[in-house]
Amino acid sequence: MPNILEVHNLSKNYGDFTAVKGISFNIKEGEIFSLLGPNGAGKTTTISMLSTLYTPTSGDATIGGHSITKDPMAVKQVIGVVPQDLALYEDLTARENLIFWGQMYGLSGKTLNNRVDEVLDQIGLTDKAKNRVKTYSGGMKRRVNIGVGLLHKPRLLFMDEPTVGIDPQSRRAILDTVKDLNKQGMTLLYTTHYMEEAQELSDRVGIIDHGELIALGTQAELTKQVGQTDTLILHVGENDDPETLAQSLKGLKGVQHAEVSDHSVAIVTSSAEEILAAVVSKANERGIKIRTMEIREPNLEAVFLHLTGRALRD
Amino acid sequence: MLKLLLIGIKDLKLMFRDRAALTFMLLAPFLLTIGMGFVTGRFSGGSSGLSDIPVIIVNLDNDQLGNALVDVFSSEELADLMEPTASSDPEAARGLIDSDQASAAVIIPAGFTRSVIPAEGTTFDANYVQPDPVQIEVYTNPSRPTSSGIVKAIVDEFVSRVEEGRTSGMTSIVQLMSTGLLNPQNAESEANDLFQNVDETESTTITLKKITEGAEAVEFDLLAYFAPGMALMFLMYTVSYGGRSILAERSEGTLPRLMISPTHNAQVLGGKVLGIFFMGVAQVGILILASTMFFQVQWGDTLGIVVLILAAVFGATGWGMLITAFARTPAQVGSTGSAVMLIFGILGGSFIELEQFPPFIQTISKITPNAWGLDGFTTLALGGTLSNLMEPITALLIMGALLFGVAVVLFNRNGIVQK
Repeated sequence: MPNILEVHNLSKNYGDFTAVKGISFNIKEGEIFSLLGPNGAGKTTTISMLSTLYTPTSGDATIGGHSITKDPMAVKQVIGVVPQDLALYEDLTARENLIFWGQMYGLSGKTLNNRVDEVLDQIGLTDKAKNRVKTYSGGMKRRVNIGVGLLHKPRLLFMDEPTVGIDPQSRRAILDTVKDLNKQGMTLLYTTHYMEEAQELSDRVGIIDHGELIALGTQAELTKQVGQTDTLILHVGENDDPETLAQSLKGLKGVQHAEVSDHSVAIVTSSAEEILAAVVSKANERGIKIRTMEIREPNLEAVFLHLTGRALRD
Repeated sequence: MLKLLLIGIKDLKLMFRDRAALTFMLLAPFLLTIGMGFVTGRFSGGSSGLSDIPVIIVNLDNDQLGNALVDVFSSEELADLMEPTASSDPEAARGLIDSDQASAAVIIPAGFTRSVIPAEGTTFDANYVQPDPVQIEVYTNPSRPTSSGIVKAIVDEFVSRVEEGRTSGMTSIVQLMSTGLLNPQNAESEANDLFQNVDETESTTITLKKITEGAEAVEFDLLAYFAPGMALMFLMYTVSYGGRSILAERSEGTLPRLMISPTHNAQVLGGKVLGIFFMGVAQVGILILASTMFFQVQWGDTLGIVVLILAAVFGATGWGMLITAFARTPAQVGSTGSAVMLIFGILGGSFIELEQFPPFIQTISKITPNAWGLDGFTTLALGGTLSNLMEPITALLIMGALLFGVAVVLFNRNGIVQK
């Protein structure tokens, strides 16, 4: 499949601060590509540049063959954007919002009305279409927010952390919507800091941290970088100091990394089973009570930990 | 253009769904107008706010036109409105005004008629030069600006009709003679006939006709001052509310979303400005309609009202945009807008008539759309038409264009959204 998006050394500086550092990647027509990274990694800035809202400091990108810097109007016709924050008129109804935004994308008359009906059906809000958005739950608002991005049937849809702050049921519905859209032929650039979402949805993943694209590939390719490693996560008591435990484990045979997060310690190891007894022993020595533990096989979280030395949620 | 309109209509729709804003934009000025009506006794004294305006007439002319003007003030049509008193001493008349015993003194100087209608024996030939007419003096009482304004309006109307008749009459005579259609022997009698018309037909009749036709308008209704005064003051709130919506949309994400749709930035900004304009027109229009329906306020010439509303809202929109361009947050626009609303309301004469302010305040008031708008509304309520509004309308349009220009420069410099 041809590339619908090609990013070349894209950078964005704000004074001395560099939000995005010369990233390059391509997205093939029909795939779901996830940009995975913690908050502040540069995901939204990247999306904002690609959607022509921000002007890049350097570099360029082409979408559907159009340069984002030289021909932004043509780019706007190709893309749809679902912003991270809700961007809706809460005093208008869902239908009124969709009609207004459809008009902004040049739809009118019967085409617009039909398309609004289709989108309302797609986001499951046909029955509530005449209610003002401000009366909706967070999940319903998120669905309208997505619906606006779909109105003009964009070839490439940018979804910037669309599941932040919503209940599990709405999150599930949104992830299913993303898969449906992809099945219908839409290409998606999906940003998230939830490793599970990237794993579930993506054909390929780009891992971004501090504005740099530190890894890129399919999930299999990325986990291969980590090698045959497990992640053993220990949750300790609220009164216990996980940092002490992490320090004591760093010298232990078979432990590659031991990182602290809240009241837990994430240990990257070649075999969780082999070090389990020694880890419990170290905890007992320091009087630290292990409340629960879990073993994770290689995943994107482990990749991120492996590449940055930090957990994804940090 | 269509998107511009769609954005403007969307903003208008949102305004009508914001109950708090509607309360402030429509209910508050309406209630304040009612309050001013009670304070001024408008609701306790019949339909007219003014009657029996004491005016001193000093007729030193004692000739055709001077007497005609005296007749106007003594006419039956103005019997309820005016209470003229004759005097022969200009200084005494001025003294009565200074001591607040009358609203105005009309001093018709000696020779006024002769300065308009040439004396018998005047030779009309191609070299005839019309003398400048002697000026009628209207000595007004600054503490009674409305009633003295009415007296002045009547005199101005009389003088303008006399001047109109005099100019057209003389021009006709001279042209007829220069083309040979009128021989010099007949010129004198023709001229006197024409000037007779100026006296009897043009000036007196037309002035009276205006008063008769616009009787209610000339019977100046105080609410026709306070209602637009309040509407214009709260118009400043509305335009800042509209400006605030630009920054609110920026922080709520709808403005960036508009800018990543296939819509030019100029269309987005233009649409927002149009939205502010629509809101202002709707607000002032509704208040004027409500005042007409509930209080029978006579606003005057409809076309003049419509054009004046559009111009006043345009001027005010310029201020709204400027406030927005300087602000960083919606809250800043809100607080600055409220302050500007009050300052402009006071400066612009919404509470106290401008004529009661010292001259330098009156000069400063010209920066406010309130002052120009009120000037226009008062002119219309006194029987003026669109043609009498050129000054306020021009001022309001220039004000709006200048402020909008500055705002656009600032928006371009700072960026509507972070880039």
